[in-house]
Amino acid sequence: MEEYFKPQPIKRPFLSKGVIILLILAANGIVWSILRFGFGLGAVTNLNNQFPWGIWIGIDVAAGVALAAGGFTTSALVHIFYREDFHVLVRPAIMTAMLGYTFVAIGVMFDLGRYYNIWHVPIMGNSNSVLFEVGICVMTYLGTLYIEFFPIVTERFIGRVHLKGVLKFLNKPIDQFLRFMDSFLGKTMFFFIILGVVLSCLHQSSLGTLMLIAGNKVHPLWQTPVSPLLFLLSAFAVGFPMVIMESLTASRSLGLKPEMDVLRKLARFVGPLLGIYLAFKLGDMVIRGTYVYLNEINLQTVMWVIEMLFGVIIPVRMFFWDKVLQSRSLLYFASLLVIFGVFINRLNVFVIAYKPPYILEQYWPSFGEISITVGLISIEILLYRALVMIFPVISVPLKGVSAKAKYAIRGVIQ
Amino acid sequence: MSQTRRSFLKAISVASLTAISPKKSHATPKNVLSDDRFGVLVDTTVCIGCRQCEYACKVEHGMEAGNLDDYQDRSVFQTMRRPDHTALTVVNAYKADNPEQQETTVKVQCMHCDHPACVSACIVGAFTKQENGAVIWDESRCIGCRYCMVACPFQVPAFEYHKAIEPKILKCDFCYDRRTSKGKMPACVEICPTEALTFGKRYELIQVAHERIRKQPERYIDHVFGEHEVAGTSWLYLAGQDFLKLDFPDVGTDPAPGATEPIQHAIFKFFVPPVALYALLGGIMWLGKQTREEEE
Repeated sequence: MEEYFKPQPIKRPFLSKGVIILLILAANGIVWSILRFGFGLGAVTNLNNQFPWGIWIGIDVAAGVALAAGGFTTSALVHIFYREDFHVLVRPAIMTAMLGYTFVAIGVMFDLGRYYNIWHVPIMGNSNSVLFEVGICVMTYLGTLYIEFFPIVTERFIGRVHLKGVLKFLNKPIDQFLRFMDSFLGKTMFFFIILGVVLSCLHQSSLGTLMLIAGNKVHPLWQTPVSPLLFLLSAFAVGFPMVIMESLTASRSLGLKPEMDVLRKLARFVGPLLGIYLAFKLGDMVIRGTYVYLNEINLQTVMWVIEMLFGVIIPVRMFFWDKVLQSRSLLYFASLLVIFGVFINRLNVFVIAYKPPYILEQYWPSFGEISITVGLISIEILLYRALVMIFPVISVPLKGVSAKAKYAIRGVIQ
Repeated sequence: MSQTRRSFLKAISVASLTAISPKKSHATPKNVLSDDRFGVLVDTTVCIGCRQCEYACKVEHGMEAGNLDDYQDRSVFQTMRRPDHTALTVVNAYKADNPEQQETTVKVQCMHCDHPACVSACIVGAFTKQENGAVIWDESRCIGCRYCMVACPFQVPAFEYHKAIEPKILKCDFCYDRRTSKGKMPACVEICPTEALTFGKRYELIQVAHERIRKQPERYIDHVFGEHEVAGTSWLYLAGQDFLKLDFPDVGTDPAPGATEPIQHAIFKFFVPPVALYALLGGIMWLGKQTREEEE
């Protein structure tokens, strides 16, 4: 009898050795967060007038947005290009993107000097500002991701709302609301799916436009007018490796069998996508003649070589190699390299390449900055674990289920 | 049924368009460049480094200014200083080309660009270029993202990193509120004892500057910094030696916002590219669904 997969809440104890470490890191981050909001950015960070943006923008926001690209690439592949063989991957991808963007938004709040004025953005926005475009798209996309996730909530709780005590009277209205949303989203989900992909393309590329305004403050190895295109291409390339890495990590940590067949098929897209990115990156370099900068040895050139060699060139070769696609650990490693490459690229563009004309004090992230970044990532992973235990996100093999019902997301495939 | 549906969609699109358009024109700062806009000409060959401009600026802006006598201390010139949250203008000293000559002192503050990068960058339009030339910051809008600091080619805006609530972006405001908006000269110009600073209409100052160079070519290099740099700034500088040696940044003559506005506007002109992408993806999705249904 054939095996079918169905998304189900994973039943496992929440605590594990890894979880305890994450809890400690999260607690440390929270302590530093209190200091940041209590005493200002200067008390916790090494940011100064020469280096206004540090790792909170470079890692928490810029790299965070890029690494959440698995959501829109997977949903485009499955829902727009109708590759249903990848359907099992959509829910985890959407959920990770939702978590990722939520933490991008939280990361921004940490970095903003007047975070409580964030509501000024939609009503006072300056349409000449690239940051405004990025901000609006990220906000709208975050909302779209919650909508895309909502059918999973309705699936989990329709007919299962059992509040007790004084809240008992809410059971019926909540259930009715869930049923209404379920049927409403069932009819309109296509709209949000396309919207999510369009918004992603817009802000992924605009993220690459952000530093263009800094002109020659950004090292010429990264300062290029095609930066928006490079950012978009690298987002395309990193989406599937993120999905592969998450799927393999989750199956190991939750004691499930990895869906190697699906992941292997998905991995076949990565080589060409990453290859296109590499071609544009090198083509841009040749056209602008920036290879001359590689004659010098300094932090920027070393970081550029690390980014390109380990983050792009080696993984391109690996993803075109059958042996890598067959092996679980090699596939995992190759995916990690792509993720590392895009992560380092965002860090390079936003932090390493930034060289202000007057440096009185060099920027190096403080312990507090690193603590908060690590803390936020830890909380994100803990939430991932909690959500897959509460909601039917990860697909597990089931016997005796009809093919029609296999892993239908309500509202998309009827 | 379809009739009502179409008119409903029509109504929605008209409503949303009218809702967006006036808001947009209000939010995006307009760049009004009056021909009569003001500027200041800084003649560094006349400046004696008395730093009274620093004092006057602090007094004018209600900052801790201390004693005027303390500003005679020239030991501060040993290290380069930059404007920050305690001083909107600072004077730095540089060795002259000829060792027998006196050192050159250079006052630094916001250049009040004609096409300011900060105005273009600011996410909420907190920066504006005023008709009289001043580039000013609006505290009531700012969200503290510090993108203006990333954007500024002269690295001028400073931020109050040690305030948890209401930290300000600080930079020279051309004494806009109490002086230049009423046609009066900025505090630093008023106090300058050697007339190293000249306040006036920008186009007149450019004429004055070139006149001075013509009359004393041995005193000046033939370059008015700010006349063409980043497509023009309200503050203009004369010097006796190369500006790069005086730590002026090499910024070129293109407007400071550079390539971002054209790229931005190409993507968002009438929302054509995003809408086209939406339509394309929608079409692919619809076709896929048709084929699927046929197969079944």
